[in-house]
Amino acid sequence: MSTIKSLDPRVTRFNIEEDDQSMQPLERRDYFETYEVFHQAKRGGRHTHVGSVHAPSPEMAFLFAKEQYGRRSTSTSIWVVRTSDIHTVGDEHSDMWENVPEKQYREAGFYKVRSRIEQFKKRHNDS
Amino acid sequence: MTASNEALKSLLYATADDLLILGHRNSEWTGLGPLLEEDIAFSSMAQDQMGQSLALYEILQRDLGERDPDTIAFLRPESEYRCCHFVEYPIGSYAFSLMRHFLFDQASYLRFAALAESSFKPLAFVSRKLLGEIKYHIMHGNTWMAQLSRGGEESHARMQSALNEAFPMALGIFEKLEHEEELVDAGVYAGSAQLRDLWLQHIEPALAHGGLALPELNAQEAGTAFFGGRKGFHSEHLGSLIEEMGAVLRSDPSADW
Repeated sequence: MSTIKSLDPRVTRFNIEEDDQSMQPLERRDYFETYEVFHQAKRGGRHTHVGSVHAPSPEMAFLFAKEQYGRRSTSTSIWVVRTSDIHTVGDEHSDMWENVPEKQYREAGFYKVRSRIEQFKKRHNDS
Repeated sequence: MTASNEALKSLLYATADDLLILGHRNSEWTGLGPLLEEDIAFSSMAQDQMGQSLALYEILQRDLGERDPDTIAFLRPESEYRCCHFVEYPIGSYAFSLMRHFLFDQASYLRFAALAESSFKPLAFVSRKLLGEIKYHIMHGNTWMAQLSRGGEESHARMQSALNEAFPMALGIFEKLEHEEELVDAGVYAGSAQLRDLWLQHIEPALAHGGLALPELNAQEAGTAFFGGRKGFHSEHLGSLIEEMGAVLRSDPSADW
């Protein structure tokens, strides 16, 4: 009889049989939600997405995020946002992101002159 | 007047030893925490506390002529430690450890906030720097307290019983220090009884928010049941803890890390 191999080694160590009928899934309300974490490394800088945490409330998500993503580097702020509050569209619409080649003129990277503009800006800032 | 070195040492050892021993105790949860994220947060705070004790041991060495922090932390005989019994007790259930963390860090914040105004400048300087770190510990304790004590009947009952167990022990934090009058007169320290009253004012609303009430204490519990630590008399749990903490260092004291 094979036992459950979980990503969490503590679960694996219990040697729970895979078809153990005594273990029923929890009801929906017993699951924590996920929160997305945004970290600011210096004051005035942008908040960068660094990962997510599981938590039962925004306050707790903040507690976890601060230690999980803020303790190894300098931090000036952390945001947590309920993952379900982020609006996007699913993979079934992935073709939306494709561009036809002849529209590249609409992308900033298309212009050859861009590198010269950067050089000018650099010279200008240095002087 | 200024406080004697003996009086300053009594204050610094009591404060630092509380942090070292509780930090070490709480680190025993590493890898066993109830949630991955909480495991990381709790372990990180335990490390904070070891770091806070180091900052105080450094003052003892630099300003008061005591031995180096490693020796002080790991190689003293039990009777030279000045921690309270509260921090010595085993981690018990997570409810007990969380309650101890909540009660202790509330006291720790108030103690350092008072010491930030101390007339002993090196201590005032270090205390101001530690307050921000402990502010997070308080937020962590308050948030968990609210979450678990409002998380249903069983959860509330467990938190109340953890409070009943931990509260009389926590009063040991406020046992009078050796040379306390001298420290108070010199403006180094606010005084243990005053800190205890301030602490009660802070913890009661946070506990009431979760529907938790301070237990009725008998005369002994309200008195000196968990006292002794500030004079070097400890619970049965400290000896083995010190033994374990210093085992690696004692195996080769000359080793270079």
